[in-house]
Amino acid sequence: MVSGTNGAPDAGPLPPGQASRPGPAGAGVRTRPPADLVGPRRRGDGIFRGLTLSAGIFVLAILVAIAVFLIAKSVPAIAQDKGNFFTTKTWDPDGSKVFGIAALAFGTVLSSVLALILTVPLALGVAIFIVEYAPKRIATFLGYAVDMLAAVPSVVYGLWAVYFLLKRMVPLQVFLADHFGWIPLFADPENRAGQFSQSVLAAALILGVMILPIIAAISREVISQVDPAQREGMLALGATHWEMVRMAVLPPSRPGIVGGIMLGLGRALGETIAIALVIGASFTISPHIMSSGNAIAANIAVKFAEAGSLGRNALIASGLVLFAITLVVNLTARAIIYRAGAVERSAAV
Amino acid sequence: MAKRIETIRLSCFYGSYKAVDDASLVIEPKSVTALIGPSGCGKSTYLRALNRMHEVIPGARVEGSVLLDDVDIYRPDVDPVAVRRTIGMVFQRPNPFPTMSIYDNVAAGLKLNGVRRKSELDDAVERSIKAANLWGEVKDRLGKAGAGLSGGQQQRLCIARAIAVEPAVLLMDEPCSALDPISTLAIEDLISQLKDSYTIVIVTHNMQQAARVSDTTGFFTLRGPGEAGYLVEVDTTTKIFTNPTEQRTEDYITGRFG
Amino acid sequence: MSATLTTSDAAVALRGRRLSPALLAGTIAAALVVTAVLFLLTPLGGRVGFLMVGALMVGAAVAAVSWRVEGRRKAVNRMVTVGTYISMVVALVPLVAVLGYTFVRGFKRLTPAFLTHSMANVGPLDAGGGIYHAIIGTLEEVLLATLLAVPIGLLVTIYITEYGRGQLASAIRFFIDVMTGIPSIVAGLFIFAFWVLALHRGFSGFAAALALAVLMLPVVVRSSEEMIRLVPSSLREASYALGVPKWRTILSIVLPTAATGITTGVMLAVARVTGETAPLLLTAGGNTFIHVNPFSGIQGALPLFVFDQTSRGIDAAVDRAWAAALTLIFIVMALYIAARLLTRRNALARR
Repeated sequence: MVSGTNGAPDAGPLPPGQASRPGPAGAGVRTRPPADLVGPRRRGDGIFRGLTLSAGIFVLAILVAIAVFLIAKSVPAIAQDKGNFFTTKTWDPDGSKVFGIAALAFGTVLSSVLALILTVPLALGVAIFIVEYAPKRIATFLGYAVDMLAAVPSVVYGLWAVYFLLKRMVPLQVFLADHFGWIPLFADPENRAGQFSQSVLAAALILGVMILPIIAAISREVISQVDPAQREGMLALGATHWEMVRMAVLPPSRPGIVGGIMLGLGRALGETIAIALVIGASFTISPHIMSSGNAIAANIAVKFAEAGSLGRNALIASGLVLFAITLVVNLTARAIIYRAGAVERSAAV
Repeated sequence: MAKRIETIRLSCFYGSYKAVDDASLVIEPKSVTALIGPSGCGKSTYLRALNRMHEVIPGARVEGSVLLDDVDIYRPDVDPVAVRRTIGMVFQRPNPFPTMSIYDNVAAGLKLNGVRRKSELDDAVERSIKAANLWGEVKDRLGKAGAGLSGGQQQRLCIARAIAVEPAVLLMDEPCSALDPISTLAIEDLISQLKDSYTIVIVTHNMQQAARVSDTTGFFTLRGPGEAGYLVEVDTTTKIFTNPTEQRTEDYITGRFG
Repeated sequence: MSATLTTSDAAVALRGRRLSPALLAGTIAAALVVTAVLFLLTPLGGRVGFLMVGALMVGAAVAAVSWRVEGRRKAVNRMVTVGTYISMVVALVPLVAVLGYTFVRGFKRLTPAFLTHSMANVGPLDAGGGIYHAIIGTLEEVLLATLLAVPIGLLVTIYITEYGRGQLASAIRFFIDVMTGIPSIVAGLFIFAFWVLALHRGFSGFAAALALAVLMLPVVVRSSEEMIRLVPSSLREASYALGVPKWRTILSIVLPTAATGITTGVMLAVARVTGETAPLLLTAGGNTFIHVNPFSGIQGALPLFVFDQTSRGIDAAVDRAWAAALTLIFIVMALYIAARLLTRRNALARR
């Protein structure tokens, strides 16, 4: 340590920049008052610390600004709404000035929840496979491959869905309508199952593909962090591999997995372009998933270019609702994950 | 109930690395056999090979055979799950399942084996915890998490968990190395009680412990750095600690190496 | 005592009762034969249908035989194991299908002329044109977004890892996490409301960059935070011990040590925003002509181009959409793979 001595032994290893610096690093360190030692150096530190602090506060300011600007532009639109903004199903702000988010919000939630139902078992299967069953070398590669699903741009999924997936879904739709049509979910009152057309089901499938990597990555992370001693303890009791996973691995992972599912839900709710291309833009509230539907974000993307001044503010108002919904979902997800404390923050894509 | 174990020319590998070389040993029923030796000599690996926990590690395998009474547990038609069910294990670090209550920890193995009746579970849980000398300390909080217990209590809970399924053999991998001296004594007392019903094999790095609890002692060591561990000799504990046959054993016992 | 264990006798008998490979193979073959007969005799048809029904039949048959021979626990174990294998395969199907089909459809239209021409003077039904203008737009917008997001992101990271103590730091951490969940369209709406409507700056490449920066910022902070936390504290202490002030330690020791990892994170963030379409719709405006100046006037971008051409529905436009999508995938995948390769060379991250 520099302050330990005046003598030669410590002078040697000092880097040149250090030794030549004027001030306290020289001889006679012990005799100087501490204030002198600290003074000049602290200034650079103070400036730098202030800089980083203001960057941090700037981030908080952005979040506040997002809320403020969205609210500021939404309020006039909602004030001019001739319908009830929260219960009206139609969207006609520039003509009759009757518009509301009821059908849009319903469609957003329906398609996202459907996507979760389709994708959660798959994502868990993938996570369990990668951690528990796959040989280590292949596991890393498979992890990357699944992550790559998240790297494919949304618009490419949309394009692919429109010109590849939709027509290949026809047999599935016909099958569902013929055999399960008595369940309202699969009913086909407009008789469109046999043609390839946009639908809530198609949107949910695409959403499912897009959120699979998020849920799989977080689940993989929490599952792999379970103490090996727990696994061995269960195996040593004479558990089969699956019993070990079910009783020793999944219970401690559950909060993290639930948090990951919530994050996936948040992503699905806000997904825009792929949904805009496949969901079909109708303004109804119906449980028929093979009919067309709509979603808040998709509606913004579709309507924005042709919207007038009120129309744009109305779209901002709908975006504010979306912001609020995703904020609640994300806050819940983070709270769950933080309480679980197990997941590394990097896991969320 | 208690069974005899015999290993015949047992070698254990991690990939191409040989950890245990050619160990042949007979473990008598209703006795305590201690395995001692310096760190890295393969005694824990050998122990884990006795209930096929060794192969849980990717790339790990064995050569030779392990007879449980007359059945070679490495025969291709033998089910490792059934082996582990019959040969219980207690680990170095207490590892109660953190999401389960004390009761559920002990009942876990029974439930795996299809015991569903509440009264049956209650009886078995009470009997096992009593056998692990833990009943007085936990009987009023069976529904609480096992992780809330002290280290020594947790380890006795793990022993209760292991004996709840009434195994034929109980393997213990340095069960006291993470515990304080008083908890260690409690576990050692427990071991001498348990040997009336079970065949016990204990790995320990503590020679005094081996001398206190075991009837038979096996000494493992390494031929040299990076080489496989091997079984130097096995004999009655008294003989090993007073008049061992091999010079290497004597050197180790008297503290001249290791 | 042994009365408590109903399965005791069976379990203690360690031998037997495992599915032999021959029986397993026979079961699988039988299930496939039954499926084939089913497809010949009933109206069932189609290759995909055969695969799906066949997989179900094989699964059911193996489970049934295993249940009969090995008991319930083994059967469940087998079913779950097969289930996770199937999940893995199913999860990879869309990846292969999207990449493969985009490649097949996009490759034939992806000519040098396509990359070097814009859509200027291409009529609505014409087959020509290219994406030069969109590439320029995307490059400028993403570059500007990176220049905005990375320095701010690094400063924030340094605050929460090196200086921040107590509630403010954890609040910033928490809200950075929340910020990753902001839908991209909301980021676009925010910049539209703030930059275009409130400040009257109009649509531009820079407005698009602002929206993308809002999306990049939290990703950069989170990945670089993780990397900086991996820098061993002994390195910092060694520097302090030499009398180097904290801020210089951070700049000359901590950041360079974490540089590879931070670069990886930045590349992944760039890859993510390069494909973003929704915010650009509300901020860049879209342009079919080459527009180089990002600071004023509407500008195109690759994702916008794909979206626009997809919506047009005519064959020539759809061909252009595939080719542009392929270009976009090439760019994004190149960034993604480069980032992963960098990770493998990163000594810090190799834990």
